[in-house]
Amino acid sequence: MYEIVKAKELTTNIYLCDVVAPRVAKYCEPGQFVIVRMGEDGERIPLTICDYDREAGLVTIVFQSVGASTMKMAHLKEGDRFHDVVGPLGRPSDLVSEDPETLKKKKILFVAGGVGAAPVYPQVKWLHERGIAADVIVGSKTKDLLILEKEMEAVAGNLYVTTDDGSYGRSGMVTQVIKDLVAEGHQYDVCIAIGPMIMMKFVCLMTKDLNIPTVVSLNPIMVDGTGMCGACRVTVGGKVKFACVDGPEFDGHQVNFDEAMRRQQMYKTEEGRAILKYQEGETHHGGCGNCE
Amino acid sequence: MDVMKKVPVREQDPQIRATNFEEVCLGYNQEEAMCEASRCINCRNAQCVKGCPVAIDIPGFISKVKAGEIEEAYQIISHASALPAVCGRVCPQETQCEGKCIRGIKGEPISIGKLERFVADWARENGIVPEGCKEKKGKKVAVIGSGPAGLTCAGDLAKMGYDVTIFEALHEPGGVLVYGIPEFRLPKKAVVAKEIENVKALGVKIETNVVIGKSVTIDQLIEEEGFEAVFIGSGAGLPKFMGIPGENSNGVFSANEYLTRSNLMKSFDPESPTPIMRGKKVAVVGGGNVAMDAARTALRLGAEVHIVYRRSEEELPARVEEVHHAKEEGIIFNLLTNPTEILADEKGWVTGMKCIRMELGEPDESGRRRPVVIPDSEFTMDLDCVIMSLGTSPNPLISSTTEGLETNKWKCIVADEANGKTTKEGVYAGGDAVTGAATVILAMGAGKAAAKGIDEYLSGK
Repeated sequence: MYEIVKAKELTTNIYLCDVVAPRVAKYCEPGQFVIVRMGEDGERIPLTICDYDREAGLVTIVFQSVGASTMKMAHLKEGDRFHDVVGPLGRPSDLVSEDPETLKKKKILFVAGGVGAAPVYPQVKWLHERGIAADVIVGSKTKDLLILEKEMEAVAGNLYVTTDDGSYGRSGMVTQVIKDLVAEGHQYDVCIAIGPMIMMKFVCLMTKDLNIPTVVSLNPIMVDGTGMCGACRVTVGGKVKFACVDGPEFDGHQVNFDEAMRRQQMYKTEEGRAILKYQEGETHHGGCGNCE
Repeated sequence: MDVMKKVPVREQDPQIRATNFEEVCLGYNQEEAMCEASRCINCRNAQCVKGCPVAIDIPGFISKVKAGEIEEAYQIISHASALPAVCGRVCPQETQCEGKCIRGIKGEPISIGKLERFVADWARENGIVPEGCKEKKGKKVAVIGSGPAGLTCAGDLAKMGYDVTIFEALHEPGGVLVYGIPEFRLPKKAVVAKEIENVKALGVKIETNVVIGKSVTIDQLIEEEGFEAVFIGSGAGLPKFMGIPGENSNGVFSANEYLTRSNLMKSFDPESPTPIMRGKKVAVVGGGNVAMDAARTALRLGAEVHIVYRRSEEELPARVEEVHHAKEEGIIFNLLTNPTEILADEKGWVTGMKCIRMELGEPDESGRRRPVVIPDSEFTMDLDCVIMSLGTSPNPLISSTTEGLETNKWKCIVADEANGKTTKEGVYAGGDAVTGAATVILAMGAGKAAAKGIDEYLSGK
């Protein structure tokens, strides 16, 4: 059992937990993820590692409650336990294996969309700890959904916040900010974009035009997370890859996003039913005609 | 009774069992078991023992069953095998012990598997546990993977007095016994969990949620955690796909995924939070035991199920019993048929599969006749779900993170068959991680050999 020592709601529907998981905390690196389970029969839920404290044996995870399982997770509080936490899974971000001196010469741009700020944060922090200042664009739908702004500000070079509806920071999508920054004369050697699949797709279309190599972190459906099931297969450069062991980071210009987005819809009907059942509990007996 | 024939074993009616996940075979009761045991002629030079990869004293335990001394029979079996209730259910006895049985020359061999199962089930129901070791050696051994190879190796080492910890990547121990083999062939709570409890009762510790190569490496286990020897029984985990167009469409799964969802995550139960696709018309591509398991699972989830296999019935790698059960339940076999493309609608969902008919040509290097395409024989099957069951290959997570551990061209770990010794000192391996996908009992045999190898190594240290 893995104890939660801190739990808080960052903003509407987005939550943060610090969990005791010494084996994960000891060797995890930015870019990797964990799989958690709530209870004895719980679903396996992959979540990116947002931060870690090796000495205290803690990992920080951030999640958005979107399905029945994550809705239940939203109620977790300090002192509660996860039934299972396994990791670190996936390959660490390529940054970690690069020579810091080479990295210092590079202009790096991070693009985070929505809850994607969580996996971006440890990478920016990792660079910051090595004296490398990366520019970061954080986008969210609206001001209320923005997360980790202060934390990001503390480790980023320049931080550009934008909201789709213009309620805070700049106004418009992250792609608009990229365009503006480049028009203002900023040059970038590499872009790392993490967020909803649709955002990563459009960032990649833009950076391809702008000739900026771009890394994305994919979050397809997974079961075991160790390469065993192949549920997470994605097509990258015409080849089939398993995001859990070959990724989750890939060359964004090579990813078949349309296929990846289709595959994410695989269990939408089942998930919808599970949410209805969770929200309506015993009162929901299928009479609505929308479910069996 | 007819001594030439096996005492028949009771099974669930095919039509009823096709709609549930309860065990198909109901097993012998004591009367039936004693009757079957009385057919054994107790050969002095018992061939059956030679056919058993873990060399159970088969005539020995059967003579105890004959006398009604079931507890004694259990202790004889558990001396050689840590998982008798599992083996009695899933071993291919027809090619091993029963295949060598002298009774089988003129009539039917002794039903050794069903007797083993009866003894193990009886012991479980009567709370009998295997005898452990009294003297501790004070040496730590790490076992990677809690499948048949790991459990056997760990159990044997614990019996010798070693301090054994098993590291399991998933949240539940058991490996393929838990994620791969379905409930209707091998009940998880009643049988597998209990056998694992027995291994733990010998003093074996099991740490779940540890992915060796990720959470910690073998070198770190040795250098930082004080393990003096390591056994790798990590299995053959990576599913193969055909590489045909449309294979990433929604509704195409590896058998590993489909079975893991149903078995490990319990998605066959509508109450499980993990979803599974309940297809209407499903094709399972492949002809092995895993293909049969996937097909029979899909059938129980309500689908019309087709096995699509490129050779003929004779070449089906699955056990005859599995094929027989699948047919009884209504699985349709499309033999000498090979898929060429998976078709999908505009949203990416499977609508069908293009196939081509095959015929058998000259034998290939495996000795089986090679399937050859019949020109212009393409046709389309209408489907909404395809399950690929084409075998697996070993997971490189361990070999790629362990200094000095050699693998062969199939990415299998190189290990000595006699004692499990790898190219790295103190590291042993066995089971599917070494041989590629094989059977539960062969993995157990390898785990057993490695336990001996490790004992020799640590005794000389």
